[in-house]
Amino acid sequence: MALAATVLLNGLTLAALYFVVASGFSLIFGLMRTVNMAHGALYLVGAYVAYAVFEPLYDRDAWYAWYLAVPVGMAAAGLAGIALQGVLLGWMQGQELRQALVTIGVSIVVADQLLAQFGGTPRQFFAPDALFGTTPLPLVGRYPTFRLVQIAVALGVGIGLWWLLARTKLGLMVRAGVDDRAMLAACGVNVPLVSLAVFGLGAALAGLGGVIGATAQPLAQGVDGRFLLTSLVVVIVGGMGSVPGTAVGAVLVGLAEQVGQALFPTYAVILTFALMVAVLAVRPQGLLGRSA
Amino acid sequence: MTPTLTRRQALAGAGSLTLAGTFPAPAIAQNAPIKLGGLTTLEGPFATGGQDAYRCVQMELERINHTAGGRRIEFIRESSNARADVALARARKLVEQDGVDIVLGPLSGAEGIALKDYSATLTGKTIVNGSSAAADTTLRNPSKNFFRFSTDGTQWMAGVGNYVRKTLNIPEVCVVAGDYAFPYAQVFGFSLEYCRAGGKATYLWSPLGTTDYASQIAQIPKSAGALVVVHGGTDGLAFMTQYAQAGGSLPIIGGSIMADQTMMSARGPHRKLMTGMVSGGPIADVNDDPNWNEFVARYRKRWANEGGFQSPSIHGVNYTTNLQGILGALEEVRGDLSGDQQAFQAALAKRRFKNPMGAEVSLDHNRQAVSDIFLTKIEEREGKPVTVAFARAAQINQTLGVPEAQFLALGAPSRNNTGCIVAG
Repeated sequence: MALAATVLLNGLTLAALYFVVASGFSLIFGLMRTVNMAHGALYLVGAYVAYAVFEPLYDRDAWYAWYLAVPVGMAAAGLAGIALQGVLLGWMQGQELRQALVTIGVSIVVADQLLAQFGGTPRQFFAPDALFGTTPLPLVGRYPTFRLVQIAVALGVGIGLWWLLARTKLGLMVRAGVDDRAMLAACGVNVPLVSLAVFGLGAALAGLGGVIGATAQPLAQGVDGRFLLTSLVVVIVGGMGSVPGTAVGAVLVGLAEQVGQALFPTYAVILTFALMVAVLAVRPQGLLGRSA
Repeated sequence: MTPTLTRRQALAGAGSLTLAGTFPAPAIAQNAPIKLGGLTTLEGPFATGGQDAYRCVQMELERINHTAGGRRIEFIRESSNARADVALARARKLVEQDGVDIVLGPLSGAEGIALKDYSATLTGKTIVNGSSAAADTTLRNPSKNFFRFSTDGTQWMAGVGNYVRKTLNIPEVCVVAGDYAFPYAQVFGFSLEYCRAGGKATYLWSPLGTTDYASQIAQIPKSAGALVVVHGGTDGLAFMTQYAQAGGSLPIIGGSIMADQTMMSARGPHRKLMTGMVSGGPIADVNDDPNWNEFVARYRKRWANEGGFQSPSIHGVNYTTNLQGILGALEEVRGDLSGDQQAFQAALAKRRFKNPMGAEVSLDHNRQAVSDIFLTKIEEREGKPVTVAFARAAQINQTLGVPEAQFLALGAPSRNNTGCIVAG
């Protein structure tokens, strides 16, 4: 019983991390129809740049090292995202295959540059003392505090995105753009500027995921591909471009991974993809997606 | 840049020799460089180890000025990501497209088995192991073209099981290990001794590349007196960090690549748990041997400013040991690889030398190393964790001293065949 509860909680906390990363991916796709294959690279950029700021501060025992790393990671990834959209993707709007190929190219270049800069040694952020250690919970006993923080961050991101999309003028423009870009432009809205803002936001979420993710798991070469793949599975299951869909997808994928690990570790990965196959077979647009 | 032989030069060389009329084929071979293909993992979970393997290989080749047996050695680097299919594809590229004579590699267990099988299909080519250490690469169905001067994962655990059961007096352990060929070998070596000595073990397996171990950590039995962790690279780091985050406090017994520089250089909460960790393997950072001290000094001098570790890694040392095997044999046959490399392979099989750790290396009839294994403990020295050798088991063979037929009858190590056979 305690084990089942722990596994369930593990699934939810992992889902929280996946949601933070995939929500940015989904947001970008929703407005721009860009399948951003460089999303994993943005995760890496956020995490590595934040690490470069974090490490010297941590060495000096500065209590704020980790708290500072979070906005730095978001800013770094956000700026990288804006540059990506502004310099490369902006002028090939609507050419989806071309954008996908360009972003794959960018992700390879970025990963190799980071390898050259930071080397292959795995890195890891150390959660500040307030977030490290365990918290007693009913049923599961002592549970890693940082994993609970992941849930709090994901809730914050989810509520923030909902507020942004449903309650602000930018959100209004984004939602209008999802339905009809041309009409939105005709109404006098500077769509390229809105695109830049959305891309920057989506990338910043990847950066946030990078710092949170690299605190929970090591940061190393190759995690970009893993998080890109996970993001793809999450949004395919949940529905492309839908924030609630991303949340549902993340929960299902996170639970599938952890339950699989507890029951049949060697074949756990199959469960994730079986989930995706099932959703694609029954509801190709994703659980909460709209049909094209 | 290493010089390469262009087609034009080769034709010119062949032409002049035809004119001279004397020494035919072998003489051309003597003038052309020997092509040595390197295969290691510069991607994936063992990227750090792979990088260090090439550091050590490059350092050794520089030391001999890229020449052995009177011939230049052209070193061609390839990389895989610790997956068998990728390693096979890259090895084929080296052999079939680059035309290498000898492959030095791979790094990881399942890759080694794939390359052993591939080497059996080749004629006149030799594959010499890099750092891969699955038992069955040489133990079962060996290939006559595959040589391994480094010891395997089972050998590396020689003495650890007995130490945990008898010296530390721990009656029950929980083994957490990666679900692939190399940890199978390590777990087998550990369990064989530990269970014979009356120990009880439970096993938790997870695939290579797992990043979230939370649900596995939750399954560690309360009755376990120690945790035997047979993970490596980023898997090991992820596991130990998450174990620390979950408030874990059992004493840690490490697999041979746990105490590697990959883990020791990375900082974090895992370090506190790892201080005092006992492990076994072919190397230790601190080992009072002139060979080792000289090797470490050279390594530091060469790589201190270019991203090297404090001390060479297990993978670096294994690649060096295997390279030593190749270079010595090349000297022996004066660089002559003609006759489908038969003379060269015979020289390889007879090699006897001291590796960087100062351990005597020779090959058995399966072309597998018999060598010394070290018991190590992690200590803090000058604020840095290092592995210190505190015992040495001399000349451990692949079956840990068990007669080969009897050892083979135990079956191949796997997640269902852990070697935990209680003495009857």
